Amino acid sequence: MAMNKMKKINISASLKSNLITFGIVIAAYAVMQILVSLHLVSSLMRGLLVPICVYVILAVSLNLTVGILGELSLGHAGFMCVGAFTGAFFSKYILYAVPGMPGALRFFLALLIGALFAGLFGLLIGIPVLRLKGDYLAIVTLAFGEIIKNLINLLYLGIDENGVHISLNSALDLHMEDSDKIIVNGAMGITGTPNDSNFTIGVVLVLFALIIVLNLIHSRDGRAIMAIRDNTIAAESVGINVTKYKLMAFAISASLAGIAGVLYAHNLSTLTALPKNFGYNMSIQILVFVVLGGIGNIRGSIISAVVLTVLPELLRGFVSDSRMLIYAIILIAMMLFNWAPACIAWREKIRYRLNRKKNAKEAE
Amino acid sequence: MKKFSKLVSLAAASAMVLSMAGCGSNAGSSDTFKIGGIGPITGGAAIYGESVMNGCQLAVDEINEAGGINGVKIEFNFQDDEHDAEKAVNAYNTLKDWNVQMLIGCVTSTPCIAVTEKSNADNVFQITPSGSAVKCTQYDNGFQVCFSDPNQGAASAQYIGENNLASKVAVIYDSSDVYSTGIYQSFVSGAESQPFEIVSAEAFTADSKTDFSVQLQKAQDAGADLVFLPIYYQESALILTQANAMGYAPNWFSCDGMDGILGVDNFDTTLAEGVMLLTPYAADSTDELSSKFTQAYIAKYGETPIQFAADGYDAVYILKAALEKSGAKPSDSASAICDGLKSAMTQITVDGVTGAGMTWAATGEVNKAPMAVVIKDGAYAAMQ
Repeated sequence: MAMNKMKKINISASLKSNLITFGIVIAAYAVMQILVSLHLVSSLMRGLLVPICVYVILAVSLNLTVGILGELSLGHAGFMCVGAFTGAFFSKYILYAVPGMPGALRFFLALLIGALFAGLFGLLIGIPVLRLKGDYLAIVTLAFGEIIKNLINLLYLGIDENGVHISLNSALDLHMEDSDKIIVNGAMGITGTPNDSNFTIGVVLVLFALIIVLNLIHSRDGRAIMAIRDNTIAAESVGINVTKYKLMAFAISASLAGIAGVLYAHNLSTLTALPKNFGYNMSIQILVFVVLGGIGNIRGSIISAVVLTVLPELLRGFVSDSRMLIYAIILIAMMLFNWAPACIAWREKIRYRLNRKKNAKEAE
Repeated sequence: MKKFSKLVSLAAASAMVLSMAGCGSNAGSSDTFKIGGIGPITGGAAIYGESVMNGCQLAVDEINEAGGINGVKIEFNFQDDEHDAEKAVNAYNTLKDWNVQMLIGCVTSTPCIAVTEKSNADNVFQITPSGSAVKCTQYDNGFQVCFSDPNQGAASAQYIGENNLASKVAVIYDSSDVYSTGIYQSFVSGAESQPFEIVSAEAFTADSKTDFSVQLQKAQDAGADLVFLPIYYQESALILTQANAMGYAPNWFSCDGMDGILGVDNFDTTLAEGVMLLTPYAADSTDELSSKFTQAYIAKYGETPIQFAADGYDAVYILKAALEKSGAKPSDSASAICDGLKSAMTQITVDGVTGAGMTWAATGEVNKAPMAVVIKDGAYAAMQ
C-alpha cells in the first residue's frame, strides 16, 4: 500500500527521503545537546562528537565518488590531508599576522581555504586519473594519497618579516631568525592550531555536505553523473560530457573531504601526517563506512560512520586488551549481516513473516 | 524490512544512549590513587607502548606489595592510543570518565602533544615516560622522564666534539619521524660550535627504510669517519649490515633509539661491536637498581626490557616520590593533586633505573646526566 503511494508521487518521495536524512541529523544533534546540558554524557562521548562529524562528512563525500560516480577511490585521506594542512596553516598564520581577527571568521575562512585547496587537488589529480577505470583508478588514487602525505612530511614552511621561507630538506635550511615562526615543520607537522571546532559547527558542516550531495544527486548534473556510472558509452552517445561530469563529482567529493580535514585539524592541537591518520588505512576506513552503509546510500553512510567511530571507543570499557580484535570481528559480522546473500535471504524471510502477520491483523 | 530495521536502529540507539549515560559521573572509590596510562598497544608503535605499560605495571605491583604510597594502594589503567593524536584524546577522555587522578603518558610525542592540551585545560598532572618532543612539556602540568630531543642532539654533538671522536661526521636520519628529525636538527645546531664538520646528512622516510646503500655510499664518498644515527634500532641494524657488506667501517654513534639492537632477530651482533650510544638505561648494567629491575621484568614478562620499559617503571616511582612529598590524599580531586605535584616535582630528587639523581625544573624537563655506552663483546660497557 505504502509502496504504491510512494511511486505515484515520485518527486516528493526523494524530497521526503532527504528530509528524513536531515531530520535524523538534526534530531541526533538536539538529543545530544540536551544530554550534554544535563551532564549525562561521558567525557569520552563528548570528545567523540567532533570526530563523528568529521567521519560522517568523509563518508558522505566518498559516497559521492564511489556510489554516485561509481569509481573506486582509495585516496580520500589524501584530500582530507590537504584540507587539514592548508586550513591549519591559514589559522596558524592568521594567529600572529592578524591576531585581532575573530575566531569564527578565521575558522570560516580556514574552511573555505581547506575546501578550495582540496577541490583544486581533486581537479588536478582527477584530470589524469579519471581516464582510468576500476582497479587501475583505485591503484592510482591510492598512490596519489600516499604522495600527498609524503610531500607534506617533507615540507618546511615559515613566514616572517623577510617573507615566505620554503624548504624540502630541513628546518635549518629555512634560515629563519625566529624558529617559533616555522609553521609547517616537516614530519613534526603543525602544532598549536587553535581549537575552533565544536559539535555545533560540525553538525552544520554535516548538513552542508548533505545538502550539496543530495541536491547534486537529484539534479540534472547528478542524473548525468549516474548515467555515466551505469553506462559510459550510452551516456557519451546521448551527448553527456563524460570528462566534465566525472571531474565535477570528483572535485566536489575532494573539497568536502577537505572541509572534514579542516574540522579535524582544528579539533586537535597537533597535526602530523602519519600513516594512521592520513595514510591509505584511513582511506580504506572511510571506504568501509561507505560499503557498510550501502554504496550510493547517503543515509546509510552516516549511520555506519557514526557506529564504526563510536564502537571501538565503547569497547574500551568492556574488553580493553583485545578491543581491536573484537572490533574486527563485529565489523566482519556486520558486513556479512548486511551484504551476504544468505543473510539477505534470511532478512527477506523475516520481513515476509512480519508482513504476513501484519496483513493478517489488518484483515481481522 | 522497514519495521525490522527501525527496530534494530532503535535498539542500537537506546543501547548507545544507555552506555553513554551509564558512564556519566560515577564517584570514584577514595581509598586508592588512580593512575592512568596512555600509549600505543596496537599498530606499528605497539612495542613501545607495551614496554611502557609492562614497566609501569611492574612498578605498580611492587609498590602495592610494599604497602603502597603512604599506605595507599595504586590502581593503574592503561589505554590504547594506536599512536594517533585523535585516539589519544579518546583514551584520555576514557580515563577521565574513570576519574583518573594522575596521568603517565603518552608514550609517543605526537599523541602526547594533543593530550597535554586537554590535560592542561583540566589541570591533570601528566608525566610522559618517553614523549621526547619539547612541546610535550609546554604547559606547567607536564613533566618528562626521558631527555627531550634537543637535549639528546646537543649532548651527542658535545660528546663527539669533546672526546675528539671524529673530524668528519655523516648523519643518516628518518625525515618522517618526529624523534629523529628533532635530534638531527639540534645535533646540527650543536655541532656548529664543535671541532668536527658534518660532511653529509641523508634522510630516509618510513616508506623507504629497507635499502640504505645510497645514504651509506654518500657518507663513504664524503670521507666520514663517524656516522651519527639518530634513529631506532630496527633501521640501525639494517644500516650496520649493509655498511659491512659494502666494506665501509666508520665509527657509529647513536642515541637511546639504538637500545635494543642486540636483541634484533637474525642480526649479527658482532657488527655492532664498537657502536657508541647515549642511553639512560642498559639492560645488562651492573647498577643495583637497574639489575633488580631487569631481573624482575624478565621474571614477569619473559623478555629483556628495552629503555621504554625502564622509562615507564621510573615514571611510577617518580610519581610515588612526588606524591609522598606533596602529601596528597586519594580523596583529593585531580586538580588539587596536580597543584601539589607541580611544586613537589621541582623539589624531589629520584634515583631511578634511567639515571641517578634526577631532578626537574618547573618547565618539566628532566635533569640527569646522559650516559654513553659502547657495545663491547656483545654487551654494553660504560665509556671512559
